[in-house]
Amino acid sequence: MPKLTIDGMAVEVPANATILQAAEQVGVEIPRFCYHERLSIAGNCRMCLVDVEKSPKPVASCAMPVAEGMVVHTRSDRANKARAGVMEFLLINHPLDCPICDQGGECDLQDQAMAYGADRGRFHENKRAVKDKELGPLVATSMTRCIHCTRCVRFATEVAGVPELGAVGRGENMEITNYLENMLTSELSGNVVDLCPVGALTNKPYAFGGRPWELRKTESIDVMDAVGTNIRVDAREQKVMRVLPRIHEDVNEEWLADKSRQACDGLSNQRLDRPYVRKNGKLTEATWPEAFAAITAKVRGLPGSKIAAIAGDLCDAESMFALKGLMTALGSANLDCRQDGAALDALSRASYLFNSTIAGIEQADALLIIGSNPRTEAPILNARIRKRFLRGGFPVGVIGPDVPLTYKTQNLGNSADILSQIASGAHAFAATLKNVKKPMLIVGQGALARADGAAILSVAREIADACGLVKDGWNGFNVLHTAAARVGGLDLGFVPGTGGKDVRGILDGAGKGEIEVVYLLGADEIDTNKLGKAFVIYQGHHGDRGAHRADVILPGAAYTEKDGLYVNTEGRVQQALRAVFPPGQAREDWTIVRALSESLGKTLPYDNLAQLRAALRDAAPEFVKIDVIQAATWGGFGKAGQVSATPFEYPVKNYYMTDPISRASRTMARCTEEFVMGGAKKTGTDG
Amino acid sequence: MLADKDRIFTNLYGRHDWRLKGARARGDWDGTKELMAMGQDWIIDEMKRSGLRGRGGAGFPTGLKWSFMPKQESDRPHYLVVNADEGEPGTCKDRDMLRFDPHKLIEGCLLASFAMRAHACYIYIRGEFYNEASNLQVAIDEAYDAGLVGDNACGSGWKFDIYLHRGAGAYICGEETALIESIEGKKGQPRLKPPFPAGVGLYGCPTTVNNVESIAVAPTILRRGASWFAGIGRPNNTGTKVFCISGNVNKPCNVEDAMGIPLKELIEKHAGGVRGGWDNLQGIIPGGASVPILPKSICDTVLMDFDSLRDVKSGLGTAAVMVMDKSADVVACISRLSDFYKHESCGQCTPCREGCGWLARVMRRMVKGDATLAEIDTLEQVTYQIEGHTICALGDAAAWPVQGLIRHFRPELERRIRDYRDAKTRAAA
Repeated sequence: MPKLTIDGMAVEVPANATILQAAEQVGVEIPRFCYHERLSIAGNCRMCLVDVEKSPKPVASCAMPVAEGMVVHTRSDRANKARAGVMEFLLINHPLDCPICDQGGECDLQDQAMAYGADRGRFHENKRAVKDKELGPLVATSMTRCIHCTRCVRFATEVAGVPELGAVGRGENMEITNYLENMLTSELSGNVVDLCPVGALTNKPYAFGGRPWELRKTESIDVMDAVGTNIRVDAREQKVMRVLPRIHEDVNEEWLADKSRQACDGLSNQRLDRPYVRKNGKLTEATWPEAFAAITAKVRGLPGSKIAAIAGDLCDAESMFALKGLMTALGSANLDCRQDGAALDALSRASYLFNSTIAGIEQADALLIIGSNPRTEAPILNARIRKRFLRGGFPVGVIGPDVPLTYKTQNLGNSADILSQIASGAHAFAATLKNVKKPMLIVGQGALARADGAAILSVAREIADACGLVKDGWNGFNVLHTAAARVGGLDLGFVPGTGGKDVRGILDGAGKGEIEVVYLLGADEIDTNKLGKAFVIYQGHHGDRGAHRADVILPGAAYTEKDGLYVNTEGRVQQALRAVFPPGQAREDWTIVRALSESLGKTLPYDNLAQLRAALRDAAPEFVKIDVIQAATWGGFGKAGQVSATPFEYPVKNYYMTDPISRASRTMARCTEEFVMGGAKKTGTDG
Repeated sequence: MLADKDRIFTNLYGRHDWRLKGARARGDWDGTKELMAMGQDWIIDEMKRSGLRGRGGAGFPTGLKWSFMPKQESDRPHYLVVNADEGEPGTCKDRDMLRFDPHKLIEGCLLASFAMRAHACYIYIRGEFYNEASNLQVAIDEAYDAGLVGDNACGSGWKFDIYLHRGAGAYICGEETALIESIEGKKGQPRLKPPFPAGVGLYGCPTTVNNVESIAVAPTILRRGASWFAGIGRPNNTGTKVFCISGNVNKPCNVEDAMGIPLKELIEKHAGGVRGGWDNLQGIIPGGASVPILPKSICDTVLMDFDSLRDVKSGLGTAAVMVMDKSADVVACISRLSDFYKHESCGQCTPCREGCGWLARVMRRMVKGDATLAEIDTLEQVTYQIEGHTICALGDAAAWPVQGLIRHFRPELERRIRDYRDAKTRAAA
């Protein structure tokens, strides 16, 4: 460990560290534009120049490795002059249009110009102007502002795995551009906006929407997929203006998927803001007491076996817990949180978790993906797989349709038979898994949400046992969920009780008339046509499929409008905080269930969130610790069965529209048009 | 003046056969196998003792550079890369070596590669050098056919392959790491150093990049002995050097002479003197476009070698001597160079990308005098803001000509500004 001196402070750092990293360790701030700790080092902005004794010229601290006995000055005359010079160069061709720039107030160039720049310019020539580029519906460009730090290029190439950005031209005519003026086709494209240190790449849907100092910032958890990305919700008054990522090294690092970032405009459209009751076949506005009265009239006296509840993909744990309590009080065992009918076993926690953990992917050295397309189901997790892949020595086998995943994969075919071959060791990939230290597999909902899902889960367990995926300190068996509520629901046991019906049974029963009341808690991904003549109660926040079929609508809160607990695919319990209030008469979901329970004469035993959470923790000890993963005990699940030869299909057909919020989002509609339906092929005469 | 027997490039003017037969008649490929038999350490040691300094411009000792390569071959192969991307304005020495003496280069490639334990050599040749690339390829083919290179080069048992790679005409690709990027098929932009090419170079493997002349003189040095080469020139600036003399002289030429020859002697003896006589001299750029210009007072006495020119705040560079007599518009000349650097800056790092354009624009106004006196100081400060702050030396190269102009021709700049201002005042009156 070399020892060096920075601004008179002695510091000891690992041998491969750079001066900039060493300076951070002693709290010395060195300005930078191109350097980003998660991207490769470019060393091109030259803002981080420091003075190193015995060096004939200032050195770029972001790229210079430390050496024993180095003496670094970051505030010497030479360092200050070098930085001021670079800052002047950066500004001569920058338009200085801060008043009309969306980056204003959160701009690195603005901040550092204040700290290190001169108070006036000496450049009296004409400034450069650059034609804007078209990067699709999510990223707005104003390339005249670009300072050529190449962070976006490096992000697209390295992290997103879509080498579509690059630089063309030389000298001051160099331009950052995309390949043949096409769009940036990545599910992570929005991150280039965060990375851009100036206002060259900005958030297109949010354009001219607000200033950072007007926004109220709330730390929350994303629910658009099961990754549990840590987000910050920026709201002005009662409107969510934008969503940004928060750093969580073990989950999303500092990235955010496009849907999670940009679907927030859907929170203002198609909202259920008051209760409705169906009268004469037509939904009519009602008051809360009227809605509750309608439900009470139907439910009271009905045997529990004729009542059922299905929880949707965006539910918080509290509302599911409350609804389960109510159903139990009503004597119903017909509960399910697995809208897609996935054969997940709630009794063995290891059977439904992403046991390796997302950060653990980086330690793995072989991967088998079964019926899952992580790129669309969990882009952040996919980026982690790519990160591991880039280190080399990481064979990835895929069973399912062959789709581009941003890293090299070996498509083993698209048939469930291959699973049995791997389990028996007959398939070559079995050896690949056996011969490495930390092999892992990912089973997706494309494999589990089939009639033979239970059998596939069982074969997957056999593979895990046969190929040594589970050993001391390593569990390579992983289930990748697509719904933010799924693991929480399974942890809470929101599954059929003894003699109860699951989703298929409930829909079947409703169709046959055996089930007369179905309570949909934000459940929109089921086939509502199958509900037959059942009395449907829909509690949720958007007028989507479930609400259309409902007999009573109870307006609930979206994820930004309530305090809630969510459990991600790893089994990590995380807490979302309320950023805005639910619109109109809508209420936080658990309070609706609690109020209804009183109306039904089955009052639930908690009056506030703290009491509810205490009860919840008693029932499900997994919830005791926030942001901690409790390793699940391995084994004891899976029922061997006949695996059908039907090819796998990935569950996410259109990444940009998977839930009521994204379906209500104009931005996501535009993305669907451009990316999914191939809007790029439009000709000039179109429209 | 250098004796004819001490000249290395005996076909610099293309008067003789450049192909293998002619080259052999001039002594090339003579005893190459025996030289290789002396061993790698001996070759590097001889090169060090010869005092040869790199002929590409920076003047780094060649033998020392070769000794930086790992002494053992690992799983990563070693490479020699020859920089034949001669683009420095005023320089035309490598071109004549490539087309008239290609076998000197090829033999040098073999010996240098052998010394550095490289089995492959890439010659990166400037795209515009079509005929030169053609001659060189013919010579390479001849060498293969004669068994001089190939699986058993010169019968030494050393496997050696040589590849010719044509560039696409970017000046920056003459910078060694940009050249490596370009060979790899990427945009020609210099890499950050460290790591240096000797550790991580072409395709991530240990690589040495040398100028054509540095490699081409190596076989003769090894054959005639390090002490012969070291005996020519001055201490620390030894050997012979090909000078390219252009501009306002009576007979522009390439000529090989001893290092340390007085500039005046060089021009008068070989280039027929300055047009209109030595007293008609205004200034000389002694080492290619990137070094500062020298006024006549310095040219009178300065010696042409690395250290002497450094002492007068210029440099030997590629030894491209550009002569300007009193009829030349020195400000316009430097302005033209600033335009060149603006055009050739790769755009990667800030000071060069933004600064070169700034310099060029102000210089264009300076030609007319359309500026203020204070702007001369600003211009000079801008050059110091670029110099030393960039990834590669192109920033320095852009800054130095302007610095040289301001250092030695400031009165001329001030005169133009005053004249321009006066003319405007008169016109307004």
